[in-house]
Amino acid sequence: MATIAQALIAGPRSRTCEVTGLTVEWHAETLLKVNAVVAVVNFLIGVIAAFGVVMTRWQAVHLLPADLFYRFLTLHGLNMLIFFIIFFEMAVLYFAGPILLSCRLPAPRVGWLAFALMLLGMLVVNTMVLQGRADVLFTSYPPLQAHPLYYLGIILFAVGALLVTALFFATLVVARRERTYEGSIPLVSFGALTAAIIAVITLLHGAVIYIPTLLWSLGYMTIDPQVYRMVWWGLGHSSQQINVAAHVSIWYLLAALTVGGVVVNEKISRMAFVLYVLFISMASAHHLLVDPGMGPAWKVWNTSYAMYLAVLASMVHGFTVPAGIEMGQRLRGYTHGAFEWLKKAPWGDPGFSGMALSVVIFGFIGGITGVTIGTEQINIIVHNTLRVPGHFHSTVVGGTALAFMAVTYYVLPLIFRKRVAFWGLAKLQPYIFGLGIVILSMSMIFQGIFGVPRRHWDVSFANAPFQVEYHPAVQIFQATMGLGGLLAIAGGLAYIVIAVVTVFFGRPFRLGDTRDPSGVPPGIWRLPRQVHEGASVAAAHQTGTPGTLVLVLIFFSAFILYYFANWKILSFLWKVG
Amino acid sequence: MDLVEAHSAIVAPRGIWWRPAGKQEKIWVTLAFIWCMVLFAMMPIWHLKGGQNPSGVRAKVAPADYFARVEKFVGDYKVGEDGGMPVVAPPPGSEIYLLGQMWRWYPVLKLKEGAHYTLHLSSLDINHGFSLYPVNLNFQIVPGYDYGLKIVPNKAGDFRIVCNEFCGINHHMMVGRVIVE
Repeated sequence: MATIAQALIAGPRSRTCEVTGLTVEWHAETLLKVNAVVAVVNFLIGVIAAFGVVMTRWQAVHLLPADLFYRFLTLHGLNMLIFFIIFFEMAVLYFAGPILLSCRLPAPRVGWLAFALMLLGMLVVNTMVLQGRADVLFTSYPPLQAHPLYYLGIILFAVGALLVTALFFATLVVARRERTYEGSIPLVSFGALTAAIIAVITLLHGAVIYIPTLLWSLGYMTIDPQVYRMVWWGLGHSSQQINVAAHVSIWYLLAALTVGGVVVNEKISRMAFVLYVLFISMASAHHLLVDPGMGPAWKVWNTSYAMYLAVLASMVHGFTVPAGIEMGQRLRGYTHGAFEWLKKAPWGDPGFSGMALSVVIFGFIGGITGVTIGTEQINIIVHNTLRVPGHFHSTVVGGTALAFMAVTYYVLPLIFRKRVAFWGLAKLQPYIFGLGIVILSMSMIFQGIFGVPRRHWDVSFANAPFQVEYHPAVQIFQATMGLGGLLAIAGGLAYIVIAVVTVFFGRPFRLGDTRDPSGVPPGIWRLPRQVHEGASVAAAHQTGTPGTLVLVLIFFSAFILYYFANWKILSFLWKVG
Repeated sequence: MDLVEAHSAIVAPRGIWWRPAGKQEKIWVTLAFIWCMVLFAMMPIWHLKGGQNPSGVRAKVAPADYFARVEKFVGDYKVGEDGGMPVVAPPPGSEIYLLGQMWRWYPVLKLKEGAHYTLHLSSLDINHGFSLYPVNLNFQIVPGYDYGLKIVPNKAGDFRIVCNEFCGINHHMMVGRVIVE
């Protein structure tokens, strides 16, 4: 506290990063650190809750009683989807704004106030949930009702986050005016900017829904349950789009730091980010496709035209990110055949492996399943089955969380100036976590295909008036879900232990101390070239990215197959209309 | 000034970076765009040609009024009982009514294979999830809203209705039954 106060009084201090040459101001860096640390604490709460949830959904274990199961499920959703991810994204904004642009943070007091608000909101919400006063799950659908403080806590958290996005916009203005960089802002900052714009739209939806809900919980007004669902998902899905914009920006960042990945075409990549901004809110309709309050025209228009342009954006990044890596690798000399660039990539660098796994899991599993199940009619065989959490664990966890973990391995030496603890484990961690999430997701998806419900304490339906017999395969998938979940939890705990030990007890990192390279990713010891000019570039543009083209065509084939297979399955159903 | 250069995503690009795309990018963006249009077109096509759409005949209804409609329906077509729950066998072509409430589906339905019905769904209290097993037909049940789905059972069987939207502590006990002969 004393040092914060001193810094607020004494004015900004800064240092020059020995690796990147950027000017890093004290407030920006410290706010990044505190937000990142709190993010990891919330991740830990989410992981503990995950253990309770998955060990209960594995019927053979059935760990928790009903009331605790739903409470842990609420805790898990809130701490993972809201607190961990958004605190981490605040850190990303501090990096992509003031630090990447070598700029001072204007109005640091606002940053500290915002952090305090977010912290308070998070503590209030978690307290309400742990006390059993908000057993309403993350979506809190009325007429289910939580204690008023629950809604107030979320509002405080959202206000804090809004302040940080405002500070980010202000930094962009200041950086331009004070000419701390020349030209346009780098692509990573541009991506973060689109994430911040989407965050404002998201948080405004949040205000529109949570303020009336708070008033309703105090008895001052009524709430229509269908209207709540519609507006809430304007907050709920849009928040996932913030995550997508943020993790795609991190993919580009890590590509640069690990292999000198280049931006193949700034226009294409930036346009793809802009498509995200233009079309997010409409995509929320895919949560409401089998709801009674809206008609088919609304559903088809919103889930499709808009979402598919956002899908186009994702498919574009799905090409440009690997293409940028391939081109960067080719410029470094890995030009043999179509795939030397991939085989010789630094798979032992957790910053690279985490990023690569994130791209593949998000694209192949998350993207393909998501677009398919978000089709108006296909949703009939999907809604509220376990297929839905199977899908979103591959996007948010295999995609966003894994990308955040990957970037942590660079943030620890670069910002916290510490060598990463347990380096051997760190190199394995993205693989452990990624594999666990893939097994978990696929297991949930298969159970959902067999009709197993989500958000359900007991699928043996003990004491229900009628018996339900699932296909025997369901039991197998419950076991694989449990094992995949345990593996992911192990990977998550490894990440937490590595991060916490590094931050508080890690060996200091100095660029000159090269005798012992452990604990520092190779991209930091020798940062790959970030700019190339001349004949080698012309040659690289001639060759292009043949390896990436093959990979995306494989992806495309998988997409087409999965999509039409689901229409086929739908066609076997009762006629319904 | 258009330099022949390449830079990473952390570098502030100088000069004019608004450049035409390379051939491979153009191929991919074109393919992706065509695919997106296919994705869009499939939905209206299925409305015209396909047999499964979540359109329904939709209306707002007060829970008390919906309950009265369900009771009238049960009174008109009841044929028996199953564990204390009325079994209702409506004639083909009729409007049939099912309600969800904490924590039961009411009543038990007895339908004919190949017959057309309009299945009305609503909740008396909070959100529930209608999930017909093992067909895997899933719809959201919202209090205050009547979702009238035109259905045609295409196979005889003894089906279950599982609730798949969290509805409180006995959510797992909310199981209903649909018999198709």
